[in-house]
Amino acid sequence: MAKSSVIPFGPQHPVLPEPLHLDLVVEDEKVIKAIPQIGFVHRGLEKLVDIKDYNQFVYVVERVCGICAFGHSMGYSETIEKLLDVEVPKRAEYLRVIWHELSRIHSHILWLGLVADAFGYESLFMHCWRLRERILDIFERTCGGRVIFSVCVPGGITRDMDKNTLSDIDAVLDGIKGEYTQLCKTFLNDTSVKSRTIGVATITKSQAEAMSMVGPFGRASGLDYDVRSLKFGAYADLTDFAPVIDDQGDCYARMKVRCAEVFQSIDIIKELISKIPDGDINVPVKSNTKRDKEVSHVIEQPRGECYYYTRGSGTKFLSRFRLRTPTSQNLAGMITSLEGCDLADVNMIILTIDPCISCTER
Amino acid sequence: MEYIKKSPWVIHYDGSSCNGCDIEVLAALTPGFDAERFGVINTGNPKHADIFLVTGSVNEQNAPVIKQIYDQMLEPKVVAACGICACSGGIFSECYNVNGGVDSIIPVDVYVPGCAVRPESIIDAVVKATEVLEKKQKELKCSKQ
Repeated sequence: MAKSSVIPFGPQHPVLPEPLHLDLVVEDEKVIKAIPQIGFVHRGLEKLVDIKDYNQFVYVVERVCGICAFGHSMGYSETIEKLLDVEVPKRAEYLRVIWHELSRIHSHILWLGLVADAFGYESLFMHCWRLRERILDIFERTCGGRVIFSVCVPGGITRDMDKNTLSDIDAVLDGIKGEYTQLCKTFLNDTSVKSRTIGVATITKSQAEAMSMVGPFGRASGLDYDVRSLKFGAYADLTDFAPVIDDQGDCYARMKVRCAEVFQSIDIIKELISKIPDGDINVPVKSNTKRDKEVSHVIEQPRGECYYYTRGSGTKFLSRFRLRTPTSQNLAGMITSLEGCDLADVNMIILTIDPCISCTER
Repeated sequence: MEYIKKSPWVIHYDGSSCNGCDIEVLAALTPGFDAERFGVINTGNPKHADIFLVTGSVNEQNAPVIKQIYDQMLEPKVVAACGICACSGGIFSECYNVNGGVDSIIPVDVYVPGCAVRPESIIDAVVKATEVLEKKQKELKCSKQ
């Protein structure tokens, strides 16, 4: 029996852009326990509802996380619209979903790059980030910002896309699809990648259910759960939508699910662009919230199900806003998958759940 | 400044930023903006780094970490506060767990505005930081003689 010792991991670590601290209890090269410590990014922004009204607060919610920024502003706006019984124009719903799915593509390609970096494939990392820049160019053209868009507000959106822009997005996605197929070939067929990922940190379906895992992490273990199947907003107009599911539950399956989801998002955007109706893009939202009216809402973020809760106060200020993010659901799965793994695999396993610490701690 | 004498290596730490600035720091180094072609390399070791890029504001939990990374860096060293949160707290300055900008615990040489900060500004900041670095190096040599 080897003597156990503790290796600290993070908060400043080259593989993680975000601060997360883990105490890894190791015996020889095996991790027997991982003890997480969080709180480095906690700002307490849910409390800001006291000093910012619901129209101003959307800009705070957007800054919960820089990677899924649009998703958060969309989820929050839809929650407020439910709270105030506002009907949003159809065109705004379509454009929201187009931006949201573009964010998913950008988030997944970013993740693929980071995971390539984690298993030491530097050139693949660079290629992923090069491809991602083209999605960011679309954002820059349509919103002006690369990361924070500030286009989604309660009642609709603030910027329209004209016909030329939409057809250009369509063309850019076609171009990306070809290059992305090449990248996926490397991720899914390369021997060295396979040897690092197949059979590593397997989570079974029953474990995934017990820990209520969400998003691509849960779907890679065979959980058939995707909020987009509930058909909120413009998702209702898609002809067919089926979540991407894999049953292996290892690091390779998680990579496979995310690789396939990018193609799915490209198809969704192309379908919505071909169907998009004309009309207004927003309606004014000015009324006071109803006192003690509670509303909750879920959307599918790139990392999984994200839950929003609000309570009205009778004024323009909300009395409570609560956000539950996918990473906080998935942390239990991450800790379980770390137990019994090799020390060299730790950084890759942490990345395969796609942790978003700033979402989780807010 | 006409040319740079050495490749400035950077170390990046995410204080309590929203990730937006962090991915832009990485985007400045990867193809598209590619500051790496000028020798700007992201290192994980504070002892190898010349420029400390901090994103996000300071709170009780991460202040010791930022302080420790700063202390571990060797002289001469330059700190660049990337993004409005690192400069002053930005939109989160009224939050209960935000103590303010990075300059409340360590001296900051270059302030980079933006929410999220743009890769062009980060490259500009690294250029400015390199100037400060050379100035500090000269001062260090003078004080030794």
